[in-house]
Amino acid sequence: MIEVLPNKCDFCGCCVGVCPEDAIELKESEISIIEDLCTNCSKCIWSCPIEVLKFNPNGVGGTHDEK
Amino acid sequence: MKNKYDIIVVGGGPAGSTAARFAAEQGVSVLILEKDRDIGYPVRCGEAVSMAGLEEFIEPDPRWIAGEITSFSFIAPDKTQIDIPFEGKGCILERKIFDYELANVAAQKGADILTKSYVNGLKFDDGNIVGVKYEYQGEQKEVDCKIVIAADGVESRVGRWAGLKTHSDFRDMESGIQVTASGVNVDENTCYFYWGNIYAPQGYLWIFPKGNGIANIGLAITGDIGKKRSALSYLNEFMDNHYPNASILTQIVGGIPFTPTLEKIVAPGIMLVGDAARQINPLSGGGIISGMIGGSIAGKVAGEAINKNNLDMISEYEKKWHARLGKRHEMFNRIKNGIYKLSNEKYNSIAHSLKKLPPDKISLGNVAKAAVLNKPSLLLDVAKTFFNN
Repeated sequence: MIEVLPNKCDFCGCCVGVCPEDAIELKESEISIIEDLCTNCSKCIWSCPIEVLKFNPNGVGGTHDEK
Repeated sequence: MKNKYDIIVVGGGPAGSTAARFAAEQGVSVLILEKDRDIGYPVRCGEAVSMAGLEEFIEPDPRWIAGEITSFSFIAPDKTQIDIPFEGKGCILERKIFDYELANVAAQKGADILTKSYVNGLKFDDGNIVGVKYEYQGEQKEVDCKIVIAADGVESRVGRWAGLKTHSDFRDMESGIQVTASGVNVDENTCYFYWGNIYAPQGYLWIFPKGNGIANIGLAITGDIGKKRSALSYLNEFMDNHYPNASILTQIVGGIPFTPTLEKIVAPGIMLVGDAARQINPLSGGGIISGMIGGSIAGKVAGEAINKNNLDMISEYEKKWHARLGKRHEMFNRIKNGIYKLSNEKYNSIAHSLKKLPPDKISLGNVAKAAVLNKPSLLLDVAKTFFNN
């Protein structure tokens, strides 16, 4: 599953803008992944300018296809 | 603050405030909901705009202009530098103050503004949008309206809740990072652009001077590049190599969708403006003026629709946007696809062929005509479009 490192996050919204599932909740200085919606596609990880998101292989599996 | 408005604008950036202003000018009631504590902060922007673009909307004011731009400089991977005088005039904004002023203008026209209001849903009645849901000081609230104008930036979630496809492909989303640094010794009236894989593959690196030795230094790369290496690491490398002694006053990040406008930016009861509509110039990444243009058209159309009691009229916004800028952005996008993936060698050879021209011939217009080999005119189009919305 995808995890956010909240202490590193700048809350810019880049990840939200590429998320095909609307699975990221972003407030002024709070961010969370809505696990029920997340498909682990990893696009948010690739788009983050400052390496805030990471894939945790111990979590629920998912697809990595580039759609 | 009322419990019912004609129009609710979600987001208090330049597009949102401009939409609110043009709607409120027509006597309809408007509320801006801004999720952050402050209008204008945090800034997520290189802050470069054309003076002509600004003047369409607001009298330039030294309070929010950090520097004036009269020339461009392109730097190729082998450090060949091409200087080109800018036919018009550009400026570097102080966005914190600029955004405040735009919101102030909207307020003077009658718009209400509520900050720290996090919109987290739309309110529907029988399938129609009748308001928005938002969180304010820990409480879930609702406010009714006839039209929602979504100016919620790169996230663009409000449009999704209305059924529009708003997210961008990660390969088109540029991941941007910028520092505002002190001790940067550059010409204070020149914008510098660095091209090539060594600086910012599938994007570019910029230095925009803000006066007194301060400059915005930033870059953007696509998600495709970000898979292998982050924007942060590219910028760190550049700073280490070029400005190891600069002091960093602030570091910001942000997503810049380098795409044409979304296929649909209107649906019953909702209009998308600015970054939320992907109204950014897909070649330069500039979105301030184009967002204000989108906002002005949307606000005006929405106000008229309310006054004529004909909400179907809002569909005109999409046509008017495409006629004004949307079609041009499609062309810019094709140019972008032609140049953003060139090799270091290609950028070098373009720079070398430009360098052969006599200095007095190096103007944006003349070079575009004179230089056919290697299509350097494409690079010049980039320059032009920076300050042409």
